[in-house]
This record gives sequence, C-alpha cells and structure tokens, in this order.
Amino acid sequence: MGKNININVEYLTRVEGHGNIVVNVNDGKLEQCMLEIVESPRFFEGMLRGRSIFEAQHITSRICGICACGHTLASIQAAEDAIGFTPSKQTIELRKLLLHLENLDSHILHIYLLVAPDLLGVKSFVPLIDSHNKVVRRALRMKKTINDVCDILAGRHIHPISSIVGGWTKLPREKDLDAMLALLTGMIPDMNATVELAASLKFPEFQRETEYVALVSDDAEYPLLMGDVGSTDGVRMNKKDYKKITNEFIVPHSSAKHAKLSRASYAVGALARFNLNAGKLRKEAKGIADAIGLKPICVNPYLNTAAQLVECVHCLYEAIDILTRFKEKGVDHSEAIVVGLNEQKKVKIKPGLGVGAVEVPRGILFHSYEVDEKGLIVNANCIIPTGQNCNNIERDMQKLVPEIMEKKEEEITLALEMLVRAYDPCISCSAHFLDVKFVK
Amino acid sequence: MRKPKIAFFDFACCEGCQLQVANLGEALLDILEAVDVVEFREVMSEKWTQSFDIAVIEGSITTQHAVERIKEIRGRSQILIAYGSCATIGGVNGMKNNYPLEDIRRYVYNDNAEFFDTIPTRAVHQVVNVDYYVNGCPIYPPEFIAVLKAALAGLPYHVPDNAVCVECKLNENVCMYERGLTCAGPITRSGCNSWCVNNGNICYGCRGMMSNPNETGFQEVLKKYDITVDLIMNKMNMYNKCREIK
Repeated sequence: MGKNININVEYLTRVEGHGNIVVNVNDGKLEQCMLEIVESPRFFEGMLRGRSIFEAQHITSRICGICACGHTLASIQAAEDAIGFTPSKQTIELRKLLLHLENLDSHILHIYLLVAPDLLGVKSFVPLIDSHNKVVRRALRMKKTINDVCDILAGRHIHPISSIVGGWTKLPREKDLDAMLALLTGMIPDMNATVELAASLKFPEFQRETEYVALVSDDAEYPLLMGDVGSTDGVRMNKKDYKKITNEFIVPHSSAKHAKLSRASYAVGALARFNLNAGKLRKEAKGIADAIGLKPICVNPYLNTAAQLVECVHCLYEAIDILTRFKEKGVDHSEAIVVGLNEQKKVKIKPGLGVGAVEVPRGILFHSYEVDEKGLIVNANCIIPTGQNCNNIERDMQKLVPEIMEKKEEEITLALEMLVRAYDPCISCSAHFLDVKFVK
Repeated sequence: MRKPKIAFFDFACCEGCQLQVANLGEALLDILEAVDVVEFREVMSEKWTQSFDIAVIEGSITTQHAVERIKEIRGRSQILIAYGSCATIGGVNGMKNNYPLEDIRRYVYNDNAEFFDTIPTRAVHQVVNVDYYVNGCPIYPPEFIAVLKAALAGLPYHVPDNAVCVECKLNENVCMYERGLTCAGPITRSGCNSWCVNNGNICYGCRGMMSNPNETGFQEVLKKYDITVDLIMNKMNMYNKCREIK
C-alpha cells in the first residue's frame, strides 16, 4: 500500500496575510494540493465608489503596508491615465526613485526576515538575534536606512504622503538630496555583506517550466515603472489590455482569483522580471547574478529570492544615480503642487478609463479606474501580483509533492511552506480584489 | 525577573502597523530585550496557546469569525493594546459601512457573495475591552514606544485630545485653509506631529475625531472659506465612519 500524507498548514506564517496549505495523499496518489486563501475580504473597490479620484491613492495605499508605495504609484498612474494628465519628467524620475526604494525595502525584508530563517534552520529571526546577531542587526539597519530615505522623499515609507496625482506636494531640497545620498551610499558595505550571505545560502533544487510575465520596453532601462506587458512565451500587449493578460477565473477554495495567459498558469515577480529583462540590469547587478549562477530563463521558483537579491543591487545603484543626477541639475521647486482634493482645479479632469501597470516587489500590479466628469470614481479594479501567482504556486506544489513524497511529513510541509514563501506572497493584498462589476 | 509575554495579532488591515514596528530598526532589539514575543505571525512561525501579558491588536473586526477570535484573545490577555486606525477607530475599512452590506458584497463578489462572510466593520473596542490605544494610519513609531512603556510600567496613557492644528502650528506649517484646501486637522486628535501637513498634504482624520472639538470655531472656519459641513463629513468618513456604531 502506498503512503498517506495529510498536511494542513493553517495560517501560514512569515507571509503577508492569511493562507492555508492543504495536501492530501491517499495510497501514494496526490488527491488534493491547494493554497487556500482565507483572508477576510475588505471590499476596497466597493469603498472607492463615489470617492474623488484624488483620494484613490490615499485609500488604495492602505491595501498593503508592505507595498504601499507600489499601490500608490500604480494608483496614480491609473488615475492620471483616466483623467488625461501627463506627469512631468522630474515627477517621473522621483517616482522611479520611490519605486526603487520600495523594491529594495521589501526584498530586504523578505530575504532576511522571511526566507533566511528557513535556510538557517530556525523558526524565525528571533533565535537569530543570539546566533546571528550581526546579520539581524544588519537587516534591521538596512531596513531603517531605506525607511529614513523614504521619510525624506515621501514623508514616510508606509503610506507615503507627498506622492499624489499630479506630482509631488513636497520636493527634496539640496540638503535632502545630500542626506538621501549619504544614507544610500553608506548602505553599500551592508549590501555587499548581504550579497555574500545570500550567495552562501543553499536553495532547494526544483524545476518547473512556466510562463513568466513582466513589464517590457524597447529602451535600455530595466522596466519597473512603465512599459508594455510581455511574457517569456512571446506575448506583448499594451497595459490597457491587462484583462487579456490576466484572464482571471474563480476557484472555490480561494478568495483570490486565479490567472492564466498562454498556458495553464504564469508567474510574476523578481524572477519573471529577471527572466525577461536580465540584459538590462546594471553591471553591478549582472555581476552578482553571474557570481551566484543565476541565468535566464531560470525555472526554479525557489530562486525568486536570488532574483530579488540581484534586484536589490540594481535598485540601490539606480537610486544613487537618480539622486546624483538631481544633485547635478537641481530640483525645480516650482513644480511642487498644492492639489489636495483638487478644490483648486489645478489638474484638469475629463471622464475616462485609465490603467496603471507597475512592477512592485511581488510582480506586476494593475490598477484601473473609471471616473465621471466630476472626477468621482464609478468603477475600480486592481489585480494584485500574488493573485496572479496563486495558480502557478499550486501547480508548482502539485509537481513538487510527488517528487518528495518519500520524505517525512515535516520535511514535505517545510518544502511547501518555503515554496510559497519564495513567491513572497502578499495575501492581504490578493484577497481584496475579486470580480468587480458595477451593478446599479 | 520574568519577561512579560507579548503577542501581536492582525485582523482586517494592511499589516502596515506591524511593519512600522519592524521598521524601528535596531531599537526593535532593545524592545525585544525587555519583552518575550511569543507570537507574531508575519515574522515568526512560533505559536502560543497560553495566556499573554500583553496582546497587541491590529485591524478591524469585519467577520463573525473575527468576533470569536478577538474575544478568545481578550480572554487570554492581561492587557490589550489596539494599534492603528483600523483597530482604534475602524479606519478605512469603515467606508464599507457607507453602503448596505448586501449591496457592497454583491458589488465586489457578484454571484459568489454568499461565500464571503462579512459584518459591519467595527473597531476593536466596539467588540471587547481595550486598555491602550495607539492611533494613526500608520502608527507614529515614537507613540507606539511610549504606549508600550506605559503598559509595561502599569501606567495610563492618554491619547492626545487636542487638534492636529496644535502640533501643526508648532511646526510652522501654512494653514491648508489659507492655501485654499479643506483639512480635517481642526477636529482630529493630535499626536502624529502633523505628519501629513508637514509633507504638503492635508489631514485625513486618521487619528479619529476629538471628543470635544471646538464646534463653533470650526463652523466659523467652514463659513469663512465657504465649505459645507457635508463635504468635511464626507472626508472624515474615510476613517471615522465606525464612530456611528453605538
């Protein structure tokens, strides 16, 4: 008789939000293998109805504490697209800076606090305070540094204040640029130590071919804030067609919808971006990828964490470059806006439908709003990276379980938890966005 | 001396407040020396089944399951701290209460609405007793540390009950009304060091309404700038809709 395995991980830990892993093997046959999403729905799209488009960023930032800047930037892009506003070059440069900080911050949190404990064989970072004190201190120091830079740039990292539709309510002064540059360049030794640590970690071996989806572009820049949507199966579409990318469908065990494109499932995130755009990374980041042996197209999902490491290096140096350019050419303070809820009508409004597509830490994030002639939201939709990954994660689990079925149940459980964690899922985001149809 | 056992729990929220705690940097290690963190799902796999000296609660109560869970946690806790707007005043989750429940459930979940248990959003103290509050969206880290110290020392902590304007004036910001905008500062509790206004934005009322706002003074402000009460209440409802629950 074959083996029976019954795994039920309720409230998976060290991830954002609430999810369960359910695996059922009966007589050596895999009968059930799912990632249940059990997050309480929060009805954000419902709440947005009737609110001003100038409030959308403030509200949708509150979908997620980790990717608040990512939601902010996708929300602003969708809002500006809807009302027909074109941001200035300076505004875009500063938004790119904010996005680099966002990716850097989230990746550091994931690598050190969420993934490293598994690879070092402990339950959380708390035992590491004694066993790896320097490592924990470094992680917390790096996070604090990035947060301090965000404080200067946007008021704070969690729910940024000054980045809104139309531009920035506050622009960095000379001394702010100096302070941000000093903080980021001061972080380089810690980043080097991070690379060294990560390179020494052993990730599980596992391969499964799938389709990878990320922003793509024709210029030389590693696309994070703007671009078309592309895939490793050769798809390329304008962001306006995001629904043709995600093709969402409902499964009964998940309050997050599943997605698919050219095949049964697709993946988004750092590994997807690396697989599509590795050639556009900065030389510092390419060097790290070479050193740890990460090559496109990599189909080991556990190595999403390695791709995050490569992106950390890329984002840090890009952020330093952006600030250095502002130091040289100066910041045009006449661009600071006092738009608030647009009582002053500084930004013209036309009714319309807009889409934002931004590469946030966990992958491509879509926001879409429809506004009326007064600038009130009549329809809202957001498609979250983790929601897009759920289907792919389940298919990974379905391939992985039979390959490791002979191991102990605890080992199988850990391998599955680590697999889910590798995607850095943000379940609190994913569950809030299901079908959105406006029924009057 | 035995270290106090402390646990962090989250309900419907963005988990940003627990990240504010993680973002304290190396100061977090000092806190961890003073307390024994026994459960903190987002960063720890450990789980605790016994009683706590302090439970720190983030998020609003939005499902029947959450009602049962918060009661169970309260039953095991000596001291309960609610932190963040979602927990202390209902926060943005309260906007759900602007609509009939069935309507908003169908809007978001369509024909699958019956799968999704939901009840009107409530702040934590609207379900169980709360001993300490850390207001704000997100929490202001220095205030969190102040409240934690008070709780550990057994001292009371009073959430400031004067207007954000008090701190805003000290920070020498130009009044948003003077700049042609409406702002929730005059009726919102201070304690955030006028964080948003310092950064060129308006106050959205995330720390909750003062218990005794200067109504006459505020009505004069609204009259002077030709602003309706409805407009300002609509803005306040972004965070404060739950105060209507009795």
